[in-house]
Amino acid sequence: MRRWLGLYAVAFFSFLHLPLLTLSVFSFNSSRFTVWEHFSLDWYRAIFRDPELLEGTWNSVVVAIAATLISTVVGTLCAYGLWKRGSRLLTGTLYLSLVTPEIVTGISLLALFQWMFRWLHWHLGLYTVILAHVAFSIAYVVIVISARLRTISPHLEEAAMDLGASEWGAFFYVILPALGPGIIAAALLALTVSFDDYVITSMVAGVDSQTLPMVIYAMARRGASPVINAISALITVFFGLLIVISQRVREA
Amino acid sequence: MKLRSWFVLPTWVWMVGLFAAPFAIVFAYSFLTRGVYGGVEHSWTLENYQRLFDSLYLTILLRSFGMALVATWLCLVMAFPAALFISRSSKHKNLYLQLVMLPFWTSFLVRTYAWLFLLRDTGLVNTVLQRVGIIHSPLQLLYNDGAVLLGLVYGYLPFMVLPIYATLERLDPSLPEAAADLGARPWATLLRVIVPLARPGIIAGAILVFIPCLGAYLTPDLLGGGRTVLVGNLVQTQFTTARDWPFGSAVSMLLMLLVTVLVWGILRRESEQLA
Repeated sequence: MRRWLGLYAVAFFSFLHLPLLTLSVFSFNSSRFTVWEHFSLDWYRAIFRDPELLEGTWNSVVVAIAATLISTVVGTLCAYGLWKRGSRLLTGTLYLSLVTPEIVTGISLLALFQWMFRWLHWHLGLYTVILAHVAFSIAYVVIVISARLRTISPHLEEAAMDLGASEWGAFFYVILPALGPGIIAAALLALTVSFDDYVITSMVAGVDSQTLPMVIYAMARRGASPVINAISALITVFFGLLIVISQRVREA
Repeated sequence: MKLRSWFVLPTWVWMVGLFAAPFAIVFAYSFLTRGVYGGVEHSWTLENYQRLFDSLYLTILLRSFGMALVATWLCLVMAFPAALFISRSSKHKNLYLQLVMLPFWTSFLVRTYAWLFLLRDTGLVNTVLQRVGIIHSPLQLLYNDGAVLLGLVYGYLPFMVLPIYATLERLDPSLPEAAADLGARPWATLLRVIVPLARPGIIAGAILVFIPCLGAYLTPDLLGGGRTVLVGNLVQTQFTTARDWPFGSAVSMLLMLLVTVLVWGILRRESEQLA
C-alpha cells in the first residue's frame, strides 16, 4: 500500500500545482495560442501598457494595505480583549461572518450602502471596498491571534503587573511582543484575502474603483488571454515570495 | 471598567455596522415588494418566500445542494490518501504541508482562471489531444457542470486535506498496529480503524468544503459560463440584471438559514458523540 500511496501523492501534487505551472510557462510564449513558439516577454510588457490593469493594481494595493492595517489592529485588540474572558455572542458573530457565503455578504453590504446613500449623497467608491474588506478580514485576524494567545501563559501579564507595569504597559511591552509572529501571520492572511477578493468587491466597488481581480475577471469572461497568464504568474510569484520570506523572518 | 473590555469595542462597531445591520436590511427587504424601477416598495408580503417553492427555483436549490455534496465527496476521496501520505512521511512532512498550503495563499481567482486556460477550445488540453491525433475537433470541456465541479474541487481541496491530516497526525499509532496484529489486512485497517478515527477531521473538512461550495458564485460563473446556474448566481442576478432585490434577499435568507442550521446541527451532533 505504501508504494501506491507514494504514486498517488505524485498525482495529487501534480493536480494541485501543474495548472498554475503551465499557466506561468505559457505566459512566456510569444504566440497567443497554446502552442509553444519561442520565449518572449511581450505579455509582461502588455501589462504595463494596459491602463485598466495598472489602475486596478493600484486600487488593489491601496485597498489591501488599508484593509490589512485596520483589520489587523482591530482584530488584535479584539483577540486580546476576548483572551481569558470570552464572549460567546461576539465569537459567534465572527464565526457567522466567516461561514456567510461571499455573495450574500456582498449583496447585503450593497443593500446597506444604497440604503444609507438615500440620505447621504455619497457614492460607492474605494472607501466602501475598504470598509467591506475590513468587515470580512477581522474574523481571520481574531482567529489567528487567539490561537497564538492560547500559547502564551496567562501569568505572564500578571507577573508584569506585579512588577509594577500598568495594564497598558503589560499589553504594550509584554503581550504585543509575544504576539509578534502571530500578528505577522494574521496580517499576511488579511492581505491575501483582501487582495484576492472578487465577489464582495464587485458588489460594493464604485464605477471608478475597479480592483485588479475585477479587471482580471472582466478579461477572463471575454476569454483567456496571455496577458492574464502573465499577470497571474506575477501575482502567484509575488505572494509565494511574500509567504516564504515571512516564514524565514518568523523562524529567524 | 477594565482596559480590555474596551478592546473589543472596535470589532463590535464593525460587526454591528457592517455585518448585522446589512443582514437586518436584507432580512427586511425579503418581506417587501419589488418597485417598478427596481427599488423596493414598502408593502409587506410573504410572496418572495412563496416564490422559492416555484419548481424553477427549487431545482436551482437542489442542483446547488447536489453539486456541493458531490464536490465535498470528491474532495474527501482525493484528500484522504494525500493526508495519509503526509502523516506517514517522515522526512519531508513540512515540505508536503507547504505544498498543500501554497494554493491557499495564491489567488483563488487565478487558480480558477487556470482551468479556463487549460480547458477552453484552444486550450492546452485540446491542443495536446489534437496534436497527438486523438481528436480532430476541439472538445467542449468548458461551460458545463463537469467544469464547475472540477473548479470547486480544485479550489477547496486544501481545506479538506489539512483537518484530516491534523487528526491523522494525532492518531495513536498503536491502534492500527493492534489491528494488524489481530490479523486485519491493510485495507481493513484503513477502512475500519483509521477512517473512523479520523472522523472529526473528515467532518471539519466536509464543513469547510461544503459551505463555500453551496454558496459558490465565482466558479460557476467563470467555468459554467452562465449555463450552470447555482443559488449563488441566482442571488447575484436578482441584485444586478433582474433588479428584484426583495426576491434576491429571500434567496439569501434561505441560503444563510441552510448554512447556519447545517453547521450548527453537525457540530452539535459531533460534540454529543464526543461527550
